[in-house]
Order: sequence, then C-alpha cells, then structure tokens
Amino acid sequence: MEFAEHIKTANVEDVVLRQPLQPPSRGTLCITGHHLLFSDREESDSRQVLLLLRNIDAIEKSVENLTGYSGFFSNASHSERMSGSSGTITMKCKDLRVLQLDIPGMEQCLNIAHSIETLSCLDCVSAMYPFFYRPVDLSLPEQWGLSSPEMHYSQMKELYEKWRLSTVNRDYSVCPSYPPAVIVPKSIDDDTLKKAAKFRQGGRFPVLCYYHKKNGMVIMRSSQPLLGANRKRCKEDELLLQAVIEGSDKGYIIDTRSMQQAQQARMTGGGFESKSFYDRWKRFHRQMERGKALQESLIKLVEACGDESNNMDRWLSKLENSKWLSHVQNALSTAGLLVECVERDGHSVLVHGSEGTDCSLLISTLAQLIMDPCCRTMEGFLGLLEREWIQARHPFQQRCAHSAYSHARLQQESPVFLLLLDCVWQLWRQFPLALGFSEALLLRLATEVYASDYGTFLCNSDQERCALEVKERTHCLFRALLRPTERDYYSNPLYERTELAIWPSVHPQSLQLWKGYFLRWTQQVRHLEEAQEEIRNMVIEWGKLARS
Amino acid sequence: MEHIRLPKVENVKLLDRISHRRRRVGTLYLTATHTIFVESEAGVRNETWVLHSLVCSVDKLAATPSGCPLLIHCKNFQVLHFIISKEQECHDIHLSLQRLSQPESYDELYCFSYKPNVDEKERRQEWDFLDLKADYSRMGLPSSLWKLSPVNQHYKVSDTYPADLFVPESATPPVIVGSSKFRSRGRFPALSYYCKDNHAAICRSSQPLSGFSARCLEDEQMLEAILRSNPCSDFMYVVDTRPKLNAIANRAAGKGYENEDNYSNIKFQFVGIENIHVMRNSQQKMLEVCELRSPSMSDFLEGLESSGWLKHIKAVLDAGIFIAKAVAEEGVSVLIHCSDGWDRTSQVCSVACVLLDPYYRTLRGFMVLIEKDWVSFGHKFSHRCKHVVGDPKEVSPIIDQLLECVWQLMEQFPCAFEFNERFLITIHNHFYSCQFGNFIGNNQRERIELRVHERTHSLWSYLWANRTDYTNPLYRPNHSQTQGLLRASTSPYSFKFWKGLYNRFDHGMHPRQSVEDYLRAIQEETQQLEEQLSSHTQAIGVTEIAENLMLAIIKQCFGACYVAAE
Repeated sequence: MEFAEHIKTANVEDVVLRQPLQPPSRGTLCITGHHLLFSDREESDSRQVLLLLRNIDAIEKSVENLTGYSGFFSNASHSERMSGSSGTITMKCKDLRVLQLDIPGMEQCLNIAHSIETLSCLDCVSAMYPFFYRPVDLSLPEQWGLSSPEMHYSQMKELYEKWRLSTVNRDYSVCPSYPPAVIVPKSIDDDTLKKAAKFRQGGRFPVLCYYHKKNGMVIMRSSQPLLGANRKRCKEDELLLQAVIEGSDKGYIIDTRSMQQAQQARMTGGGFESKSFYDRWKRFHRQMERGKALQESLIKLVEACGDESNNMDRWLSKLENSKWLSHVQNALSTAGLLVECVERDGHSVLVHGSEGTDCSLLISTLAQLIMDPCCRTMEGFLGLLEREWIQARHPFQQRCAHSAYSHARLQQESPVFLLLLDCVWQLWRQFPLALGFSEALLLRLATEVYASDYGTFLCNSDQERCALEVKERTHCLFRALLRPTERDYYSNPLYERTELAIWPSVHPQSLQLWKGYFLRWTQQVRHLEEAQEEIRNMVIEWGKLARS
Repeated sequence: MEHIRLPKVENVKLLDRISHRRRRVGTLYLTATHTIFVESEAGVRNETWVLHSLVCSVDKLAATPSGCPLLIHCKNFQVLHFIISKEQECHDIHLSLQRLSQPESYDELYCFSYKPNVDEKERRQEWDFLDLKADYSRMGLPSSLWKLSPVNQHYKVSDTYPADLFVPESATPPVIVGSSKFRSRGRFPALSYYCKDNHAAICRSSQPLSGFSARCLEDEQMLEAILRSNPCSDFMYVVDTRPKLNAIANRAAGKGYENEDNYSNIKFQFVGIENIHVMRNSQQKMLEVCELRSPSMSDFLEGLESSGWLKHIKAVLDAGIFIAKAVAEEGVSVLIHCSDGWDRTSQVCSVACVLLDPYYRTLRGFMVLIEKDWVSFGHKFSHRCKHVVGDPKEVSPIIDQLLECVWQLMEQFPCAFEFNERFLITIHNHFYSCQFGNFIGNNQRERIELRVHERTHSLWSYLWANRTDYTNPLYRPNHSQTQGLLRASTSPYSFKFWKGLYNRFDHGMHPRQSVEDYLRAIQEETQQLEEQLSSHTQAIGVTEIAENLMLAIIKQCFGACYVAAE
C-alpha cells in the first residue's frame, strides 16, 4: 500500500486551525499516511494537534478565489492568481469534534481535502495505523488481550462439574464468528454441537457467557434457530438447551425481537424456539432497535446537539425524535429483566436476537455488570468487554466504519457499542461508588472504537484477526489501559466494592443525556470535568492523611 | 380541633406512587397540624407525617371493591394515595382535611402554634440573624451616589415596598413621590443591587402608568437620577420582563412601558417572560407528566416539551444573563420592571445577582438574596403559595422558578455554590409549610401587622444552625468557576428536568449512592486527621500506635457513611 500516491501536497504553511474551546491558531499543516499534524507557529508554547485521519468522519470543503478579477489583467501570472485564493476544510470527526482549516491556495486546499477523503476511509485493514504504531515505551506483547476462553475457564473452578471447554471450533469451521474454544454443558459432545450449530444462524450455537456464583444459574447466548417457514426442528439443539437447565424446572429465553419480528424471521429461514419443542423454556420478547435504525438515531441525536437555534421546544422535540434515550431505557430495562430472571427468580437464561452479535451482547454485558461485582472493577470490566465483544465477536469493523457525520451511504454501521457505553454511564450516574472505573474510561473507549492506535477493535471476528496477525502485529488497548499511569487516570476515586446487584432505575426521569460524550466539546462539559478533578483531589488528600 | 370529624382510621392502605402493587397498611391519624400514617407492620414503626399547610388538594375518587381512594397532593410535590375501607370514613377524612388544609385566616397558620423548645430570648435573636442593611453596606452603600431614603417610612408612598430603600443621592422626596404616582401600586424605581467596582446598579420598579401618551416629569427625573448615579456610563437599560404584546395590552388600561423618546438616554428592551397564569398552567402540566405511572421516554419528553416549563426557566435565566452582562461587562445600570414588579422582576433581579456576585452563591448570601429581592420587596408569598384560602388565580410557582434557575446553575457549575440541592429543596418546602414566619403575608407591612417577628420563628437561623447538612463539599471559594461573573450557558441542552424537586418523594428514581455524602464524610475526616496529626506531631510525633488508631477511626466512620449512603 503506497500512501504517497494519495498525498499530492504534504505540507502547507500559514494554515489557520479552528477547534472547539480554543482560540484559532496559525501554523503548519502536514499530512502523512495516517495522520494530520498541525503545529502552531508560536515558538514560545508551540501546540501540536495530531489527528488520526481514520477519526475523520466527513469533510466539507469550500474554496474561493479572492482575485477573481485578476483575469482582466493579462500580466497576472498563474501563480499569482492562485496565491490569492484560499479554501476552508471542515473536518467532522468520529469523536464528534468539529475542526476547521483555512488553507491558503485553492490547489493546496483541494489536494489536502482529497488526501483526507481518501486516507480516512481506506478499506484495507492491514494498512491501518495499528500495524504501524510502535511507541518506544511499549514492546509488542507476548500475550495479546487480557485473557482467553481457556484461561477464563480454568479460573472458574465452579464450572468444572457441569461445564466443559469445547474446542470443536478450533479451526473456525463450526462457527466462523466464535473463538476456537467455548464453554458448553459437559454432557453435550462435540458432534451434538456441530449439529446444533447448523440449526443456528451463522453457526452460533448456545454457549455459556456467564455463571452466577450465588445460585449456579447461567446466561447463555446464541443466534436465532433456523426454523424456517416449515418449522424445522433440531434434536441436538433441544438436547443442548435441555442440558443447560438440567436439575432445574425451567429456563427463560429472552428474544431481543418483538414477537412479530421473530415470526417474520421464519420467512427468511430464521425463527424462535417454539413452546412445543422447548417445553421447559419460557420465552420473553423485548423489541430492541438495532442496525440502521440505531445508526439513524445516533445521527439525529448528534444533529440535535449541534442545533444552534437556541429553542427549547425544538431541542426537546429533536431529542425525543432521535429516540436515543428510548434505546438506552430499553436496553437497561431488558438487561434488568435478564438480571431478574437469574438473580431474583433463580433460573438460567438464553439470550438471542437474530445474529446474536449485537443486542444479545449488549444486554448480556449489562446484566453481568449489574449482577457481578467482579465485572465492575477496571480489569473486570475490560475483561468482560473482551469476552463479550472481542471474543464472542461484535463486528466492529462493519459497525464502526462511520459515525454520525458521515455522508456515506449506510451499510452495516450501527452504534451498539456506543449504546452499551451510554448505558454503563447511566449505571455509573446512579451508582457512583459501585464501578471501579470513571467516565473518562468510557469516553476513551468510545473514541478508540472508531479510530485507534491499537488493534483491539480491528476486524469483525477472531478468525479475521488471526488471518491478519493482529495479535502479533498490533498493540492491545486493554493491556495499555491497565498500565499503572493509565489505570490511575481511569479509575474511579470513589470506588467501594459492593456485593449487591446494582439495579438501575429506568424511569425517564432517571436517565440523562450523556453530555460528557455528546456535548464533549462544549465549555459546559469542562466545568463538569473540573468537578470530577476536585473529587479526585479530595480523595487523594484524604488518602495521604490517612496513610501518614 | 373542631374541624376534625374523625381523628383516627384503622386499616388504611397507602399505595406507592410508582408501583401500585407495593402498598403499606396502617392507621391514619388526623391532628390539628398533621396527617399521620403509621404503618402497622410488626416490628417497624414507619411513619409518614404530612403538614396540613402543605396539602394542596384532597380528592376523593370513586369507590372500588377494595375501598374508597383518597388522593392527597402536596405543595412539596408529595402525592399520597390512600385507600380507606369504609366510604363514610373516607368522606369524613376528606371533609376534615379539606378544611384543615385551607386556613381561613392568618391566625390559623402553623407558624403561630409552632413552638420548638427555644426560649424567648433566643427566638428574638433568630430574627436578628439576617440584616439587610449589612448587605447594602457590603455593597458599599450608602455612598456619595446612593442614599437610604426615609420616604417610605410607615409605608406611606408604597404599601407593598419595604420601609428602607436606597435611591440616587440626587432623587429628592418630591421626585420620588411624583414618580411613585406614575407607577403601578406606587412602586417607584429603587435600588436592588449595586456593583461598587464600576458603579453600575440594578434598580427595580413596577410599570409606568403611561397609557398611550401620558408622561410624568418626576419619573423622567427619577430615571435621569439613576443614570447620573453611574458616572461611568452615558446610558441605561430599561428592561421590561414581559412579552411585548402583554405590555402593549396594558397600555389600554392606562399602564404600559417607557417611551424611549420621553426619557433621556435609555435603551428599552423586552425580554418576554410569561405571566403568572401561564407559569401556573405550565407547572401543572409538568407535574402531570411527573405523575404518569410508567411513561415511555417519548411520553415523558413530549410531555415535558408541551408543558413549556423548561422554556420558561430558560427565559428567566436568559433575562438574568442579559442584566448581569450589562452590569459586569458594559458597566451600565439597569431598571427592571414587569407589571407590578413583584414576580418576574424579583426573579430576574435575583438571577442576575447570583450570576454577578459570588456572595449570593454562599449559604448566607442566598438567604440574604431571598430576604432582599422577595421578602422585603413584597413578593406576594401568601397569595402565590396559597397560605390561606383565596383567589386560585393568584397562585403561581414564581419562587419555585427562582430556585430552579439556581439549581440549573449549580448543575452547570458544581464547584461554584456553597450550598447544595438539599438547601434549595428545604427552602422550597418552607415557602409553603408556614412553619416559620418569614414568608407569611404578602409584604413587609402585613408582616408587621401580623407581628410575625414577635410571634414566630425564623427559617434562616434554623438553616444556619443545620448548615453542615446544606453545604456543598465541592465548593471552593477560590476555584476559577467561583470567581466573578458566572458564564452560564442557556443552550437548550444545558437544562435538565429537576427530579430532585418534582419527583422528590419517588425514591426509586434517585441515584442509589450519594457522592455528596461520601465526600462530606471524607471532608470531615480529613479535617479531623489534620488536627490529630498536628497535635500528634507536636506532642510525640506520629507513632505507629496513633497511626493504627487513626486507621481504625477511619474505617469506623467509613463503614457508617457507607451505610448512610445505602
């Protein structure tokens, strides 16, 4: 991959950069294969802005020729005419920042714009920055990631009696989107799994994702069963589920689609577990928005946050119309239902929607945070994300190719992971002492998932990551976040472990717009950050005294 | 006591507002001052006390097989849904409460029978706690430009104004009296706030009786005098806080607004805050939204929008910002009025003061502010809060809006206010409770006639005595957020729904853990530790034993604080 062919103008002097919360500055702009670099001309305190081109979601350019009349003067040379022209590039980033560059010279401006447009959305994964990111203080890890399904299983001694680690998927042939090792009931052999996998979309047969130590109940997740129009059944799939609730009177299935959607899915070969074949499973349908609708919701919300009409009615109606907070409410209340089944009612639950790679992960992650104190520490949370989203495969590459500003036609984009982070933020608001990490960590993840120096969110599955040697050739974000300095920065100074479940309130009054993210680049959020800073200082001060 | 038809009903159910499945069974008592519900669950003695003066409405709903529902709405937004098994009992309670919650004269109010265990000397001292003159001298008054005028002694010029008022040095009694005759209810322009750094002042009045063309030389001289009292500026703003259309309509009734041509060097401006009737209806609609049983997010946001409540809050804050900027940034004096100058005018003066002067963001300063702009300048508390039976059209949540504006600012600037949300909510409660004498009556003259200072207790000293409960642990007097003018945002997204007030009693909606309580505990310990540490180092140096002892103390305190947060 030659980046140079996309860069006609690499350096421009005398560029003015306008960015939120800061006065405009004049300096030199430089484009490289992955970055846009701006350095301030002031020598006293020179400021630099380094922006990953991947972070740029959309650009708008306008050029004007200030010497439009120079054509009348025949002696005006070509270069003089060009030097009087200028252009402006507005860059809208995936972290919701909006930057503007005033560039002298129309041609230079167009060259720069062209480079940004091309380089910001290259499709080739192996050409992306994480493969080139080599900071001096960090050597490529021997172990990529925090854990693996094998390690996870070996640490969970409670599982040994009834559950086993199956390597039926060791070459990704049974389910391309699963990791090579998964946890399944001990009584089910690999042949049964293979057959059950054929009955589930994308081969995502039911696997264990959470074991509730308090009562031995579990959360399983899968994709939809492939009943189709003529109501096929699969003995092996039934057996597998039967084995999950061995010794208990029943289990619950939470289908993240409405009853009607689940029925319609039969027309395209999908469906749901019917009462007649899965008689000990009770099904709930909770319609959750996904895919394009969710992406459009994000676009509308970001548009509303940028509305400058200063009109209260308009704001509230746009906020309502975006439906984003409805999705937050819905996700938290579905997760609440899942927790109620496991924790209060004491039964195991299978979660799926259609593909089982979006909403299922969302609610199983939230449920674990609500129930399990181990998931609420910083390591615990990152480990949870790794298990549920990286290993169990959320197609990050597709979902996060573009964010709210892009003009590109929507394809597979959908901000499910962002919705998760928003829900976690709401949990933190309601239980400010119960999570070991801070809002800053959620913001960092929300940024990294769209554009990153690290390889963690590259690719759509474990299989793809192996093919591209992501684990050998890139750094892992989660490991980087757990280095001492970063860990200090992202930890919650007020954290106090509680063993209790943290049941969120889902009343509309209890849920709020996540200003820290959606209004991140406003002065107001600075004030809130200052308050967090004060809190941290108070705790540090107190800690010092208590130790002395 | 003669109004209590039935003092006690057994086997009453109290339903949870959010989930009707949760219900408590107990005994309902009516006393002279309170309705008390005592849960009869064995072991726990759970009591709910509701002051009669806080009851806003009592409704008896159609009987159901399980009993006869009685719905009590309170002015502090508590809603109690009782089910009384016998219809006759429900009827009696209903009638009794209706009468008890609507006193017919001031003498029936709770403050006149409220007798905490305080001797008379201390009680009198309570009323000396706040001194408005001290606040004016804090502003640097009287000065060579402003003087204390005796013109309204015995309330002769304006019976709704305070006796002590500051006016421009050059304003002679004939000018003041002349001006007062040209203003509604005689409320002539008087000083509310003075910025000694740049001499700009905030003055307030009622609307001029200008009709279509009337003029008044003394009123013009009065404004001229205000302008002259600010030597640094060659013009002043006159801000009419009403929507332009309302002000024009008032002209037909012989009232109206200043004609720029008749006054020298004024810039006239409307800011468009709606009147008390619009505000009353808006709050009513918003409260209906709060009461929805399980609303979807869309129901809630649509309801909030159509109530218009946040739009009105924004309008008040916008007006306050306009004035604060005129004073702080342009150094220009401002005269504010609405119709009578006791509702919108008070709101806008106070909001501007909070934005301008860090003092009003302290506990004591905020009490002074309410005492100054509201109590002394004659906000009609008893009418607006319906302390006694009266015209329902006079009721309006104008003072609620002030508290909400301040709360919205606190949410934007978490380190800038010395007090916390609990402080605002407690004050709100007591605007309505009639437990203290501060807000009884509609103006200073009425309070003197009622001998409030002789017969009742003062809220301010009560709040001050309990100030540790009302202190914001994040407040930093020297924080950059705290200094000078608060640069508040009024972008619509800056406004939040205040569930802490309007859903105050719906505990399930509030955060389950309190950062504030945690920080307060830490703060107290840090202080203790600092003291202990200095005494230890002085005496013997820090020994290991002392260290362990301290750790043990911390652990103990900490355990306690955590339980409290739960």
